[in-house]
Parts: sequence; structure tokens; C-alpha cells
Amino acid sequence: MAEKKIKIIVAKPGLDGHDRGAKLLSRIFAEAGMEVVYTGLRQTPEMIVEAALQEDADVVGLSSLSGVHNYFFPKVVELLKEKKLANVLVVGGGIIPLEDIPGLKQAGIAEIFGPGTTTDVIVDFIKSNVRAK
Amino acid sequence: MISEYADEILKGSTLAIARVITWLENEDERARPCMEEIYPHTGNAYIVGITGSPGTGKSTLTDGLTWQIRQRELTVGIIAIDPSSPFTGGALLGDRIRMTRHSEDTGVFMRSMATRGFLGGLAQFTQGATKVLDASGKNVILIETVGVGQDEVDIMRVADTTCVVLVPGLGDVIQSMKAGIMEIADIYVVNKSDLPGSDQLYSEIIYRVEQDAQMKNRKWVPPVIKTVAVEGKGEGDLLDAIMAHRKYLEESGEFLVKRRERTRQETLKMIHHELFRIIRQRLDKNSRIELMVGAIMEHKISPYKIVEKVVNEWLPLSNR
Ligand code: B12
Ligand SMILES: Nc1nc2c(ncn2[C@@H]2O[C@H](COP(=O)(O)OP(=O)(O)OP(=O)(O)O)[C@@H](O)[C@H]2O)c(=O)[nH]1
Ligand SMILES: [Mg+2]
Repeated sequence: MAEKKIKIIVAKPGLDGHDRGAKLLSRIFAEAGMEVVYTGLRQTPEMIVEAALQEDADVVGLSSLSGVHNYFFPKVVELLKEKKLANVLVVGGGIIPLEDIPGLKQAGIAEIFGPGTTTDVIVDFIKSNVRAK
Repeated sequence: MISEYADEILKGSTLAIARVITWLENEDERARPCMEEIYPHTGNAYIVGITGSPGTGKSTLTDGLTWQIRQRELTVGIIAIDPSSPFTGGALLGDRIRMTRHSEDTGVFMRSMATRGFLGGLAQFTQGATKVLDASGKNVILIETVGVGQDEVDIMRVADTTCVVLVPGLGDVIQSMKAGIMEIADIYVVNKSDLPGSDQLYSEIIYRVEQDAQMKNRKWVPPVIKTVAVEGKGEGDLLDAIMAHRKYLEESGEFLVKRRERTRQETLKMIHHELFRIIRQRLDKNSRIELMVGAIMEHKISPYKIVEKVVNEWLPLSNR
């Protein structure tokens, strides 16, 4: 069998136009040996999950800097489950108040990374938490 | 279990299509029995290749073409290939970003694929992936190659119709008229026709096509289609040209010739790949290959002799 690659979708849900972080992370994930699909701005949860489904992604990474995380992040997890993709690891980042993090984790987001997180930490987390398909 | 996946593919399940393409890419052993089961249901889809230099608008054009095909009530499978980094093995698959408007259309399946070191403009298992989409009932399959230079022409062996996308301002056109990619076009597309220089590019291609027609006496004369993919202009004309080419292939009998040649090439490639895999596995055992390399480096034996020995070991001369 050939070497498996981690396939990750990087998406920006909602109308948030802050895409520097998402683009930076896309590059970093690729440099860490992953296959990265960046879906671009203004994605609905349905679009993100459909991309994860068609691409057979291992990981979905959500980036939000406009305060829409409490609605969009859990919605993505819920739709993934509906599509029988409960095994997909969901992580998030951006501007997310600390007090929102427990609720997001409860909803099934594996980890949240805020501004200033070194990217090694993010890459290591993904590599050690990605699940078998 | 695996058979279930085959059934699901035939029913058009997105999950099953996506998973089996992953198995192909990973050379996972679950792929083979599944492919065998779906194989009888392949051969119905029409396969179109979109190729050209990096950034010429292949993805934007694929998106527009998909929209046109959907207007004619046919379903679409898209495979878009981007390069893997030779250093890290990772890949930024950026084609999907231009195609998001179809992401909720159940008549469209779009998959990004990394080359994983495979040269020629496609990934090693692109052709396998087209079979999965074909068996799932997609009517038209669009393959976007990586941004190519001059000799990445594998698409020609996989697609029924190959579209070569050119744009103004990419330097000397005559340069790109060397052998290779310019020879594989069934259709030329002048994209970014909104930019200066496109009329000149158009005439230069027409001139070349006329030259070719005199030299080669081919029955199909490649049309040149102008598009502005960002504005959705010309994609209907492009689809008409693709359909006209299909009609030509079918009526002239070239379609069968082409597909027969493809089947021959593909079968040989599969045999090659499988034989090599088996021998490679045995050579890796007990680091035999390393011992051989050592001996060659010390000039104790030549690589030619090694090849002879290895081949004779598994394919004795008496059998050949
Ligand atoms: C640059 C910037 C802009 C640029 C954006 C350019 C661009 N194309 O991205 C511009 C000037 C356009 C802009 C506009 C606006 N901005 Co602004 N902007 C910023 C600023 C200063 C920096 C953001 C940034 O790029 N950081 C650099 C990147 C690399 O960091 P990052 O995205 O945070 O990513 C890191 C982590 O968060 C994490 N991460 C992020 N995403 C993900 C995803 C995954 C999967 C993972 C694992 C990790 C992860 O990893 C990264 C590395 O550590 C922030 C303030 C700040 N300090 O964050 C405000 C800020 C985000 N902006 C803000 C606002 C309000 C706006 C505007 C609404 C302003 C206005 N009134 O017009 C507009 C809205 C624009 C829009 N359409 O959405 C607010 C948001 C407040 C909120 N959420 O409640 C902030 C926080 C400023 C503030 N303190 O008020 N902005
Ligand atoms: N002016 C103009 N720009 C265009 C046109 N079509 C595409 N573009 C732009 O060209 C750039 C590249 O487009 P893509 O569709 O990503 O090109 P591509 O050939 O798929 O690129 P790679 O896959 O990276 O090789 C984008 O910025 C498009 O918006 C066009 O008709 N006119
Ligand atoms: Mg592209």
C-alpha cells in the first residue's frame, strides 16, 4: 500500500472576509506533507460538508474571525454526522473568546487554536488525532 | 463489505465514490475487488480533458463548462489535478475554489487529486477515478490537468476530447507551438479573450491549424474557441465544439479506435505496475536491493548484469 496522506479541507464559513489565517494555514499544512483543499470564502456548512464528502477528507479546519463560530462550527459537525462522516476530525481557529471554547468542544470540535498559536502545535495536534477511515 | 461499496457506487453514492477513489490513490488492497465489480458498468461516460499552462483559467473554464453541461441535463464528474511538492509530499489543491457554485448540486461530483510524484500532467490513478465516476452514472467527466509545460500529454491517452487552453501574454506563441502539448489539441481555447493580444493569439492559432491541415491531412480540423471564463462567455460554444468532436469521432469510427488503443495502453500499464510491485517487494526483503546497489557502486557487478539476474530469477529464460 502506498503512503497515506492526510487530506484536510480548510474553510471559511459565513461572510467573514479575514482569510490571511486560513491561507497561511493551508500553506503550512501542505508544507507538513498534507493534501490541502482550500475552499475559499463565504462557505455554508452544507458546502463545507459536501466538499469533505467528495474529497474524502480526514480533517476539516474552520477559520472564523467574525464571531460566527458558535453557530457555524457545531452545524458543520452535525452535518458531518448526518453524512456518516463522524470520523472526520474537526478543528477550528480565529478570534474565539475563551468562554466559548468549552461549548464548542462539547459540540464535537476537537480543538480551537487562537491567534499566536505556533503552527507546529496545530500540525502536531492534527497528526496525532487524525482517525482511521 | 467491499461489494457493498461497489453496489453503492452503481447507485451513485457520493460517499462510496469518494472512498474508493481514496483507496485507489493509496493503493489500498480494497480497491481492486471493487474496481473489478464495477468495471462492466464503465464505458458510458464521455471524457473531456482540459489542459494548458498554469493559471490559464482551466478551473474557471471547467466550472463554466460544468454549468453548461448541467443546463443540458447531463451529470458531471470532475477530477482536477494539482502538483504535490517534491520536497514535502504535500499539496495545495486549489482548483475547487473556482467551482464552489456546484457544491450543492447532486448532479456534480468534484474531486481534487495530487500528483504524488507522477509526471505527465495527471495523477497515477486519475484514470481509475474516471472509471469510478463513469460507473456511478456520470454522463460527462471533465479532467483538469496540472498546469503543464510542453510535454505533459498523458491527458490525450485518457480523454476522448482534449481541449488545450491558451491565453494572451504568455510570451512568444511560436514557443508553445513546438511539439508536445500543441499537438494533442482536439479543440483550442483562447481564454482571457478580454485581455489585449487575444485577437493576435487567435489568428496565430488559426494560422497554425491551417498549416497542420495542409501537412497532415487529418479529417478533424481543431476549432479555435474564444472564451472569457471569468464572465461565463464562450463556454456554450466550447461545449458545442466538444459535442461536434464527439459526433465526428463516433461517425468516423475513430471513437472505437481511440478507446481500443486506450484499453491496450492501460492494460499494459497495469501489468507493468503489478509486476514491478511484486518484484520490488521481493527486492526490498532483507534489503536485497541495498546489497545490489552496494555491489554496483563498488563496480563488482554492472547494473546490466543485475537486471539480467533479477529477471531470470522470476522469469526463467525457458519460460520466455
Ligand atoms: C488583518 C485584519 C483585517 C484585514 C483582513 C485582511 C484579510 N484578507 O484577511 C481587513 C482590514 C480587511 C479587516 C477587515 C475587517 N475587520 Co479585521 N482584523 C484584522 C486583524 C488586525 C488581524 C487578522 C489576521 O490576519 N491575523 C493574522 C492571522 C495569521 O491570524 P489568525 O487568522 O488569527 O490565525 C491564527 C489563529 O487564529 C489560528 N487559526 C485561524 N484560523 C484557523 C483555522 C484552523 C483550522 C486552525 C487549526 C487554526 C486557525 O491559527 C493562526 C496562526 O496562529 C484582526 C485583529 C487581530 N489581532 O486578530 C482584526 C479583526 C479580526 N477584525 C475585526 C473587524 C471587526 C473587522 C471589520 C468588521 C472592521 C470593519 N468594521 O470594517 C472588517 C470586516 C472584514 C470582513 N469582510 O470580514 C475584529 C473582529 C472582532 C470580532 N470577531 O468580534 C478584529 C478582531 C479586530 C478587533 N480587535 O476588533 N480586518
Ligand atoms: N481576465 C481574465 N482572467 C481570467 C479569465 N479566466 C480566468 N481568469 C483568472 O485567471 C486566474 C487563474 O484562473 P484558474 O481558473 O485558477 O486557472 P488554472 O488554469 O485552473 O490554474 P492552475 O490550476 O493553477 O494551473 C484567476 O485569477 C482567474 O480569475 C478570463 O477569461 N479573463
Ligand atoms: Mg486550476
